[in-house]
Amino acid sequence: MSDAAQAGALVDHHVLEFPGGFTRSVGPVIGRFLTAVRDDAQLLGVRLPDGRVVAPPLEYDPATGAAGGDDFVPVGPGGEVTTWTWIAEPRPEHLLDRSFAFALIRLDGADTAMLHAVDAGDPAAMRTGMRVTVRFADDRVGSVTDFWFTPDP
Amino acid sequence: MSEPVTTITSPIRLDYEITAGAGASRFLRELVAGRIVGQRCPVCGKVYVPPRGSCPVDGVATDEEVELAHTGTVTTFCVVNLEFSPLAPEVPYVCAQVLLDGADIALFALVAEVPAAEVRMGMRVEVVFAPPEERTYSITSIKWFRPTDEPDADYDSYKEYL
Repeated sequence: MSDAAQAGALVDHHVLEFPGGFTRSVGPVIGRFLTAVRDDAQLLGVRLPDGRVVAPPLEYDPATGAAGGDDFVPVGPGGEVTTWTWIAEPRPEHLLDRSFAFALIRLDGADTAMLHAVDAGDPAAMRTGMRVTVRFADDRVGSVTDFWFTPDP
Repeated sequence: MSEPVTTITSPIRLDYEITAGAGASRFLRELVAGRIVGQRCPVCGKVYVPPRGSCPVDGVATDEEVELAHTGTVTTFCVVNLEFSPLAPEVPYVCAQVLLDGADIALFALVAEVPAAEVRMGMRVEVVFAPPEERTYSITSIKWFRPTDEPDADYDSYKEYL
């Protein structure tokens, strides 16, 4: 019993849920990215008009507002961790059912970093600047949860 | 080669424990007893229901408890036609902001025992509590509000509460 409940306050457990999950369309750019994840086990970025590669790809250049174009390029499979945080107690909705790191990962070939999970096993294994490699699930549906990252040995 | 990916489904779920404050706890305990209570602000005199513990306008504690009548006026309402939750009543159903007699803020509640198309602003209603043995420390101890036989309230009597 929580401290509040012991003090006589009314305490209740609530669940606020969108039944069945929230379904939304992904558009042509994210759709292309997720299709490559599902069908080719490949991560893609898009080369913006100014030459920068953004991964995941964007429909518009956030700096100029110019259309992102359709010059899709493969990125990864390796990358560098630019920052990270440790998730000691994963929630049921998290990708991994064990402690892991969320990290910003700048994939090889990309000029921007992507937020994703690193299955490092122990926070002592995490270090800004470390190298990681993408791993793909055997059964993929075309979702950001079809892949994750592991530290390079 | 199958069709390109066009949609994603994201889980959206918030699992949490909520602790009722002093005002809300009083309100819920009194609901089980079949009473609706609010609190009056010592500065502006407004009666808030459910009680918030403090006046949002004057920023002072609202310790004076006020029992509200079981009748009130529908100020504004909506008819829900979309089945968005298995917990909600059968569609179509009516949600309303009910200004209880004696209160200065409307209470969000269901309006039932009347066809949805007949619900209107100014309609006079009375509370229907859940049977005593079914009441819990929850707003659902109030089942809903149903129309009374009174003539509709004057627009002037609730126009400030829309």
